[in-house]
Amino acid sequence: MAWTDLQSDMATQGYVASDDLAVALHLALTLGRPMLLEGAAGVGKTEVARVLAAVQDTRLLRLQCYEGLDAAQAIYEWNYQRQLLSIRAAAEHGETGSSVEARIFSEDFLLERPLLAAIRQEKPPVLLIDEIDRADEEFEAYLLEILADYQITIPELGTIKAVTQPIVVLTSNGTRDLSDALRRRCLYTYVDYPDRPTELAILAARCPEIEMELAAQVIGFVQNIRKEELEKTPGIAETLDFAAALMGLGVADLTADPAVLQASLTTLLKTQSDQANITTEVAQRIAGRAA
Amino acid sequence: MSRVTRFSARDPGPAARISGFLAHLRENGLRLGVAETDLALSALCQIKATRPEQSRLALRAICTGCKEDVDRFDALFDSFWLNGGRVKRKIAPTSGISAKNHVHSSRSAQGEARSGGGEATSPDAGSGRSEAGGQGKLIATEVTNLMKKDLRDLVQPADIKAAEQVARRLGAALRDRRSRRRRAARKGDRLHFRKVIRQSLASGGEPFQLPLKHRPDRSRKIAAICDVSGSMSVYAQVFLAFLAGLMRADPTADAYLFHTRLVRITDALRDKDALRALARMSLMADGFAGGSKIGGSLGQFADSYAKRFVDGRTVVLILSDGYDTDAPEVLSAALARLKKRGCKVIWLNPLKGWQEYEATARGMAAALPHLDLFKAANTLDDLAALEPELVRI
Repeated sequence: MAWTDLQSDMATQGYVASDDLAVALHLALTLGRPMLLEGAAGVGKTEVARVLAAVQDTRLLRLQCYEGLDAAQAIYEWNYQRQLLSIRAAAEHGETGSSVEARIFSEDFLLERPLLAAIRQEKPPVLLIDEIDRADEEFEAYLLEILADYQITIPELGTIKAVTQPIVVLTSNGTRDLSDALRRRCLYTYVDYPDRPTELAILAARCPEIEMELAAQVIGFVQNIRKEELEKTPGIAETLDFAAALMGLGVADLTADPAVLQASLTTLLKTQSDQANITTEVAQRIAGRAA
Repeated sequence: MSRVTRFSARDPGPAARISGFLAHLRENGLRLGVAETDLALSALCQIKATRPEQSRLALRAICTGCKEDVDRFDALFDSFWLNGGRVKRKIAPTSGISAKNHVHSSRSAQGEARSGGGEATSPDAGSGRSEAGGQGKLIATEVTNLMKKDLRDLVQPADIKAAEQVARRLGAALRDRRSRRRRAARKGDRLHFRKVIRQSLASGGEPFQLPLKHRPDRSRKIAAICDVSGSMSVYAQVFLAFLAGLMRADPTADAYLFHTRLVRITDALRDKDALRALARMSLMADGFAGGSKIGGSLGQFADSYAKRFVDGRTVVLILSDGYDTDAPEVLSAALARLKKRGCKVIWLNPLKGWQEYEATARGMAAALPHLDLFKAANTLDDLAALEPELVRI
């Protein structure tokens, strides 16, 4: 399968991938390497994994990282309560210590978490490790080990080797610098805000009922508003919301009614100061340029 | 096809060219190992390697690791494979070093600048120089200097980066106050035995639930006040970089500047763009390098901002030389008012330790009884060295 096939497959799932991204994903799939996606919030990093799972027709396992994420949440945990019940039951039956021990540290009592689940699937799943930069450095180190050998060591059970190698997608918003070791192990793509034709294609794919004229205006408006000094630059999700809001309000021309435009800006501007900065006049000026 | 680099006849083949290209990237500061060369070769087998654009995308995915690399990659790719727009010349990538002689001088300079990022930490490190520069201005002046001085000339982004590291460490030293007592918590490092026993009653003495406890953070805020009067201008570079770094490293910190009056610069310094932050600060600090009214400014701080931002868990960090045009009593009273809020006061003085200093700065003498820590600091390294002292406060 060439990378253009992957690109068109993703397009049928409603994801317009740039050449950069398509080639990188194609290589990640064929070479079996993890894929690291970086970029601002709302440019569709997480969506890549979802669409990739749909294209490959496989499961998507998602691990959302946060500060303080530990092995128990990410890899595996013993089902303590069940073990305890089992010990009690065994005591009443007069079972010996060593056989109980062997039983309660068996796979039945193991709670799988995403990382362990990912390497035990029959069909290679897409493993999405979302916002890896939020997790602590210790977790990153642990992840490195798993990504290198695709195996997990559980002291009581031994080493569990991967049945199939999952397709790993990592995303990062850049709140913390990732270690070089992790970056080296992955293929890297920086996902930027899309350019005008790409964003138009995305809008057309996601929102097919929109009029071409309005779509062009919406994209022009969003592209221009990204150039303003904003605290939070609107991403693609916001663009789609904005278009949906305008259609819901029955707007056919962006410049027609300033009040409606201003009202629908709540879908694009997500902080108080941004909303204060983009006044009706500014919005009208941008809309005028976009038209 | 004149755009494509013509390799010499001695060129051993594609594998050598790829390793030559990776050597070229390495020369330019990208961190790549042998494994990447291998990976690059297998990647090129997966695409149409004869198409320059496809090869570019594939090699970019493999050889870059961060946004900065991505931005530079295209130029590096062009210079190796596409002649870089220069006159054709023969390249035989036989050894890894060969990349050196066909790299644009401007590009290698870029690489230099990249690797040199960590060096810019010692602005006025030469004590001799700062002494010479400072001597003429040792006496506090009362004139407000209206000539606007652009702080961007003083502070470079690289300085801020280095300062950010120091600030982060110092901030951590000051802030990470763990309480000794443990409290019940959903996630903790130890079992909460009292709760374990209590809850086990419900399950017939079997410890079914295992509640945990941990030591809660008793976090500390930092409020930094920097003197930018004329006598301090030699040290301003270090301290401003430090403040900018502190603001970026610690979301709860607070920063102020003063010369003849006090300005809050927290919001300006929080700007995502480091250079724009300094530009905004310059606007606020008009009269920079003018006279100094330490007592007045600290009094102003104690009466206004301190009421909102300073409490018992705050460390007030004063960066000043103590040459004051106000009477010493004003300073003493201001610090006393500040101390009443329960905060710790640290004074970092670039001139402490000078022989003739003790006699001249009466203000400093008046301030001393109110200080929890009084230390010398005039370079970033000095600030970094303070870490163990700050832990003990």
